[in-house]
Amino acid sequence: MRRNLILGGMLSALFVLAALISYVWTPYDHVALNIPNKLQTPNAVHLLGTDHFGRDILSMIMVGARTSIAVALVAVGIGMGLGIPLGLWAAARQGSWLDELIMRGNDLVFAFPSIVIAILITAIFGAGAINAIIAIGIFNIPVFARITRGAALSLWQREFILAARVAGKSAARISVEHILPNVTNLLIVQGTIQFSLGILAEAALSYVGLGAQPPTPSWGRMLADAQTLVSIAPHMALVPGFAIILTVLGLNLMGDGLRDYLDPRLRVVRA
Amino acid sequence: MVRYTFKRLLSLLLSLAVASLVIFAVIEVAPGDPASFMLGMNAQPETLAALRTELGLDTSKVARYLAWVGGMLTGDFGTSYTYRTPVIGMVADRLWVSLPLALYALALSTAVAFPAGIFAASRRGQAGDIGVMGATQLGVAIPNFWFAMMLVLIFAINLRWFAAGGFVGWDKGFWAGMHALTLPAIALALPQAAILARVMRSSLLDVLGEDFMRTARAKGLTERQALWRHGLRNALIPVLTIIGLQFSFLLAGSIIIEQVFYLPGLGRLVFQSISARDLIVVESVVMLLVFSVIVVNFLVDLAYAAVDPRLRSRS
Repeated sequence: MRRNLILGGMLSALFVLAALISYVWTPYDHVALNIPNKLQTPNAVHLLGTDHFGRDILSMIMVGARTSIAVALVAVGIGMGLGIPLGLWAAARQGSWLDELIMRGNDLVFAFPSIVIAILITAIFGAGAINAIIAIGIFNIPVFARITRGAALSLWQREFILAARVAGKSAARISVEHILPNVTNLLIVQGTIQFSLGILAEAALSYVGLGAQPPTPSWGRMLADAQTLVSIAPHMALVPGFAIILTVLGLNLMGDGLRDYLDPRLRVVRA
Repeated sequence: MVRYTFKRLLSLLLSLAVASLVIFAVIEVAPGDPASFMLGMNAQPETLAALRTELGLDTSKVARYLAWVGGMLTGDFGTSYTYRTPVIGMVADRLWVSLPLALYALALSTAVAFPAGIFAASRRGQAGDIGVMGATQLGVAIPNFWFAMMLVLIFAINLRWFAAGGFVGWDKGFWAGMHALTLPAIALALPQAAILARVMRSSLLDVLGEDFMRTARAKGLTERQALWRHGLRNALIPVLTIIGLQFSFLLAGSIIIEQVFYLPGLGRLVFQSISARDLIVVESVVMLLVFSVIVVNFLVDLAYAAVDPRLRSRS
């Protein structure tokens, strides 16, 4: 299914590109208020219309893509940065108290849905984009720890690992030099999925006011603004909604496509 | 099985203890003294001290933790700082909205996902399968709170079949309550239904490749009979696990959906409490959510082990 990979990659690239371009150029200033022009439906001047303050929605979507991508990307980074070493470590000490401790710790973190972590963090530090990153990032840790451990466990049974042990390599070196390269494909695919989940979570947290705060534009907050006006200006809700759906859909398709493309078993069949 | 249950029970208690410690510690480091928040900037030092004693804020951290946990075990969740009423009553009131909402959504998601997953699996690779799988891709990509807004726009504002928000209360009758929860439940169920349909399909496809399915076909059952009599029952085990896990996601997800529909559930209680710095309420609701996740997962594990003896021997 190369089609998935290409279509998903193109959709994702579109939003990454929009975010990058927004650093140097947006059609209008995304914070400039222009009340006389408020609530315009999409037209030739404002391609995606304007909001209740007369701000250009296309410009806000472009800058909002920045927030979504940054939050989700850093959250995946936190999850991978802590989850992968923990997973490798647990697998290297399979069945020991350390393995047990790491896995039970993971179960415990899993019991705190990211919305609950965000609520706790907000209770201490107040709301903000950083909190959304931490909340989503913490939730990502057990995901990567589990998937890394699961894949690493079966690799430890393989003969090339035995050879490395006979050669006198330490468990840590084997984990980094032999296990990690062999689980990378899996982690890339999972990373894509967590990235798309991160974008959804960021939107939800911003929507309830636990994420990015004004004036930082965010798709979730645009939807919160749109809610009371949904009957008179549906485009204010439709545009950010479609932005989220297309980005997440693109990332998910890309994840599916990557899995098929990177799966060595499928490659053998093809050859 | 007894040994396994005992081991899992121990691990359950340990998880709950650690979770309660984490939640307590987090709330402890939260800045702002609830007593001075309640009395305002100009409070007299004596009044402040008296209130702090009344709320138990002047005792040690350990004493407060033990009092909190001990209270929860006996059903006493403390007293709300702002409303001066027992937290348990406030939480119970809100739970009567959030819990039925989560269960309603679970029922909807199961009712949609089962037929969809079975349909897709029985037509593997055909147009029907591709259609269902495409729909599930869309289902997981749509933010449920946005979907909720669209439901309000179409069914409440334009068609006027439902109210756009609020909750009539169960004293207006069961069906009136269910009617008010219908749009929120549909919105909440959408992504879960998409995930569940995928799990149902792939689980069924795994089973269809098994030897006993070939035997069933060989003894003369049609494809459809084999699927219904032997395939479905065996495919259900992983599906039930996912349903159990989804319950906690639904409960947490209802926090966000409640905001769209202005439902007086746990979510609104938490947000009101955060802005009022009523931390004991936040603490209790978070503990309740985490408790339900841990307990549901425990029950799912047990049910799974009861059905499949091979799992008991594993860690």
